[in-house]
Amino acid sequence: MNFAQATFYVLAAIAVVSALLVITRRNPVHSAISLIVTLLAVALLYLQLQAEFLAAVQIILYIGGIMVLFLFVIMLVNLDVALRQEQFNRQWGIAGVAAFLLAGELAAVIYLGRGTAALPQAPPGALQPNTELIGTSLYQTYMLPFEIASLLLLVAMVGAVLMARRKVS
Amino acid sequence: MVPTWHYLMLSAALLTIGVIGVLTRRNIIIILMSIELILNAVNLNLVAFSRQLADVSGQIFAIFVITVAAAEAAVGLGILIAFFRNRDTVNADEIDLLKW
Repeated sequence: MNFAQATFYVLAAIAVVSALLVITRRNPVHSAISLIVTLLAVALLYLQLQAEFLAAVQIILYIGGIMVLFLFVIMLVNLDVALRQEQFNRQWGIAGVAAFLLAGELAAVIYLGRGTAALPQAPPGALQPNTELIGTSLYQTYMLPFEIASLLLLVAMVGAVLMARRKVS
Repeated sequence: MVPTWHYLMLSAALLTIGVIGVLTRRNIIIILMSIELILNAVNLNLVAFSRQLADVSGQIFAIFVITVAAAEAAVGLGILIAFFRNRDTVNADEIDLLKW
């Protein structure tokens, strides 16, 4: 096992374990911090996959933006009552069986299809310079989706402000 | 060199964990975090295939997924705050006004 494989398995183990912590912890703050660890591990996997720009975006936007937003909301909302209540809903048995079946199907499909999906592996350095390629592609081929995404963000911003505003009557 | 299907397996594991979180937890904040996990699993798939095919389009798609995730988190948490202000609870199974 070489260095790249060892790194992958260590990061994958960290990501899966902290993802499990996200959905099992009672306190949402602990969940949020576990989710930050998962996102960090996935960002490092992006680095290994030669997606440096995306790794930076993941850290700045997900960890620096979205997770801070989550932590702010956890502190805004009074969770003392919810902490002492039952954490799992009534249909957790059925949900567990369904998720187990989903996991089995996905694993079987990926494992059985690993040979048929054996596309030629790109040589190292094929996606370099990463940021430049993304910029060119984003502003030329994907110009319209890019503008639509900005519109989506505007709508989301207005919606969030409108929803979280205190009613003054 | 790590084969692409190992990344797909990791992605499937993260997706399943996210699905379990969405289906079984009562706390809406943790349900939203599980949705982030699912979207992140999708991104990992896109980037892994982008690496294998040496095509940057997968990474562009991942950027759009992150954009949508940010918008979804902002709106979802806004709804959560409005709901908590009205009903004093963060449990998903107590949001049952539309339930017959």
